Amino acid sequence: MEGERNKTSVHKIWDLFASVKLAIVIFALISLTSIIGTVLEQRAEPAKNIQILTKLFGESLAPTMYNILEKLGFIDMYHAWWFVALLIILATNIIVCSLERLPKIWKVVKEPIQPMREEQLKKFAINREIVLKGKPDKVKDAVTGAIKGAGFNYTESKEEKGYQFYSQKGNYSRLGVYVTHFSILVILIGAIIGVFFGFNGHLNLPEGAMSNVAYSGREKVIPLGFDIRCDNFDVEFYGRSDMPKEYRSYLTVIKNGREVLKKSIAVNDPLTYEGITFYQASYGLIPENFGKGIFIFRVISRDGKISNLNLRFGDTFEILNTTISGKIIDLSPALKINEKGQVFTYANQMNNPAVYIDFSESGKHKYSGWLLKRYPETWQLPEGHRVEFIDYWGVEYTGLQVRKDPGVWVVYLGCITMSIGLYIAFFMSHRRLWVRIVEERNNTRVVIGATSNKNRAAFERKINKMLSLLSKRQEGGR
Amino acid sequence: MDSSFLFGISTMAYILAMIIYITYLAFKKTQIGITATTITIVGFVSQTLAIIMRWKEFYDLSQMGFLRSAPLTNLYESLIFFVWCLILAYLIVEFRFKNRSFGAFVTPVAGLALAFIDISGMTKEIQPLVPALQSNWLLAHVMMSFIAYATFALSFSTALMYLILTTERKNEGAYIFWTVTAGIFVIVLLAMGIDFLAFKVTVKRPEEFIKSFLFKASFLNPSTVVKMLSWTVASAMLFALWKYGSVLKRVIRAFNISDEILDEITYKSIAVGFPVFTLGGLIFGAIWADQAWGVYWSWDPKETWSLITWFVYAFYLHSRMIRGWRGKKVAIVAVIGFVAVIFTYIGVNLLLSGLHAYGGLE
Repeated sequence: MEGERNKTSVHKIWDLFASVKLAIVIFALISLTSIIGTVLEQRAEPAKNIQILTKLFGESLAPTMYNILEKLGFIDMYHAWWFVALLIILATNIIVCSLERLPKIWKVVKEPIQPMREEQLKKFAINREIVLKGKPDKVKDAVTGAIKGAGFNYTESKEEKGYQFYSQKGNYSRLGVYVTHFSILVILIGAIIGVFFGFNGHLNLPEGAMSNVAYSGREKVIPLGFDIRCDNFDVEFYGRSDMPKEYRSYLTVIKNGREVLKKSIAVNDPLTYEGITFYQASYGLIPENFGKGIFIFRVISRDGKISNLNLRFGDTFEILNTTISGKIIDLSPALKINEKGQVFTYANQMNNPAVYIDFSESGKHKYSGWLLKRYPETWQLPEGHRVEFIDYWGVEYTGLQVRKDPGVWVVYLGCITMSIGLYIAFFMSHRRLWVRIVEERNNTRVVIGATSNKNRAAFERKINKMLSLLSKRQEGGR
Repeated sequence: MDSSFLFGISTMAYILAMIIYITYLAFKKTQIGITATTITIVGFVSQTLAIIMRWKEFYDLSQMGFLRSAPLTNLYESLIFFVWCLILAYLIVEFRFKNRSFGAFVTPVAGLALAFIDISGMTKEIQPLVPALQSNWLLAHVMMSFIAYATFALSFSTALMYLILTTERKNEGAYIFWTVTAGIFVIVLLAMGIDFLAFKVTVKRPEEFIKSFLFKASFLNPSTVVKMLSWTVASAMLFALWKYGSVLKRVIRAFNISDEILDEITYKSIAVGFPVFTLGGLIFGAIWADQAWGVYWSWDPKETWSLITWFVYAFYLHSRMIRGWRGKKVAIVAVIGFVAVIFTYIGVNLLLSGLHAYGGLE
C-alpha cells in the first residue's frame, strides 16, 4: 500500500519532468526573470538601482521595491538560489525527457526497413504510380539506377510478379534533437566546472611592477603560482585623433626566479600560462607616480651621433659632441596647442605626453619648448639636432582581467556538439522510400511510397524528378 | 559615385516598392506585382554594390585586413545589413512560393528600418574600429546574427499575417494580440517621427536623440496637455485598428494565401534562423567574449537578451509539439520572438543603457 502510493507520486514527478509543458514553463520563467535582471544593474551599489526604480515606480515606492527585490535576490539574480534552481530543473527536464523518449526513437532509428504491401504504399504522404513499357526484368535496371541516382542504397526483394526495392536514409538524423539537448547539459557541466575550479579576478599592474597574486571581488587574494610583470604599457591612437587603436601591455612571466615567457597582449589577444589567462581590460595613470616616471629619449646630434637616455624630472642631459644641454622642467600627460598658440592639458590620461625642456649652450640659456611624444616635428632643434621623445615610462598601470577556467573547453565541446545537433535536427531528415514494380499486361507498373519526417516538399520534388527521368529515359531508349 | 549615393537609391527603391506592393495588394494586377519585384531587385542590387563599396572604403581607410574591414561596426551599418538580409530572404520566398503579397508586409519593415536611420539621425560616417572590435569574429558573429534577425523578421511578418487571417472574433485573445502589437509598432514609429521633426535642430548624436528626446514630443512631453493628447490619439489608433482589423483580413484573403503556407514559412524561417542565431549569435559571441573580455558569458544585458530571444524561439519550436498549440498560439510566440529580437538589437543599446545613463545624470 505504502509502496504503491510512493510509486505513484514518483511517477507523477517523473511525468511532470518528462513533459514538454514543463520545458515551456521553464523557458518562460527564465526569460521573464532575466528581463528584470537586465533592467536592474547586477551587483551594483544600492543607490544606482534605487535610481532606476525611482524612474519606474516613483520616489515613494522605490526604496520598498528595492528592499523586496533585494530580498528576492534580484540584485545578483543570476547567482540567486532560485535562478540556479530553474537551471537545474531545466537540466533535469532535458534528462528525463530524453530518457523517456530516447528508447522509442532508438527503435525507429535501428529498425531495418521492411517491404510493404501495395495498399500500404498508397497510404503514404508521398505516393506515385507510373507504367513503364516492358516486363519488370527489363525495366529493373532503369528503376534501380534511378533509385541509386536519387542517392539511396536499396535492398531488393523478389515478389510474385515483380520486385520491391526499399531503402532509408538519415535514420540517425532523428537523434539530432537529443544531441542538441545533450549539448546543453555539457555546457552546464562546463559552467559548473568553471565555478568550482576556476576564478575570475583582476590585477592592476604598474609599469615595472610585479605581482604573484590577482584579486577577486572585494580584495579577495588569489595566488597565481608565478610572478607576472608589466614591462610596458602603450596606447596607440588613430592618426592624430584621440580614438584608441590599440592597448598593448608587454608582460613577462617569472617562475622560480627565471623569466619563462614574454608576450605583449592586446584586446582580443591574451596571454595564457599554466591555465591562467591575462586579458587586456583597462589602463590608467597613477597620479602619485606622475612626476616620478622615466623619460626615454633618443638624442641624435647633427652629425648622427645617437645616445639613448633615461632621465627623470629635473635632470639635465647633453647632446653628444656639443656644448648644448637640456633640462626637463615641465611635463603634461596630454598637451594641446590652441589657435592662439597657448598650451593646455586636455586630458588626465597619457593621451599625448609632452615634456618642456630648457636648452642652454655653454651654460647660457638658448631657447625652450615642448616636445610632444606623438608629434615628431616638435623633436627637431634649430641646429639640426634631434631629441626624440620615445616614452614616459613608469606612470601608467595596465588593468588585467585574470581568469582561470578549466571548464571552458567543456563549454566549447558543448557548443560544437550543439552546432552539430542543430544542423542534424534542422537540416537533415529521415527519408524512407519503397519502390514496387509489378508486371501488368506485359508492361510494368511502378508504385512508389515515401515518407520524410521533415521537409516533405523537398523529398517530393526529388521523387518527381526521379520519375520524370525514368519515363524520359524509357522514351529515349526506344 | 560612392556608397552613400547607392544606399540612397536602395532606400528610395524599397520605399517605392513598399507603396507598389501595397497597391498590388489592393488591385491585384500582375503588372503592378512585376513592377514591385523589379524595383525591389534594383534596390537590392544597388544596396549590394553599396555594401561592397563601403567595405572597400573601410578597407582602404583602416588598413586592417580585408576580413576585419566588414562594414558591420555600428548601428547604421548593421541596420543596412539587416535590411539587405531581409530583402534577400524575401526575394527567395517570393520566388520559391510564387506569391508577391508578402511583399506588402516585408518591404515596410525594410523601409521603416532605413527610415529609422534618417529619423534617428545616427552617424553614417565610417568610424575606425575600437580595439575590442578588431577581431575576425566580428564578421562571423555580426553577419550570422543579422542573417538570423532577417529570417526572424520574415517569420514575424508571416506570423502576423497568419494571425490576421485566422482570427474571427474581436474578443478573441489572438485578435486583440495582433491588433495591439501591430498598433504599438505603428504608434512607436509615428511618435519617433514626431520626435525627430520636433528636435531635428538640436540633435547631434543618435544616442543623444534616443536618450534625451525619445517620446519627449509626445508621451513624455513636459506639458500635460500634449501628454494626454498623445495617449488619447494612441488609444484611439489602437481602438480603430481593433475595430476595423477585419478589413486587413479581407485584403489578404483576396490573395489566396493559405494559412498553412503562412504557418510553413513562419516555421521554416525560424528553423533556419534558430540554428544560425545559436551558432553565430550565441556560440561565436561567447567565444569572442572569452577572447576579448575573458568571460564567455557574463550576463550583461545584451547577452541576457539574446538568451531571452533564444528561449522564446526554443519555446516556439517546442510548443509546436504540444497538441492544441499549433496555429494561433505558436504564431503569437513567433511574433513575441521578433519583439525580443528588436529589443536585443536596438532596445538594449539605446533604451536599457539609456535607462542607466539617466540614473547617472541625476
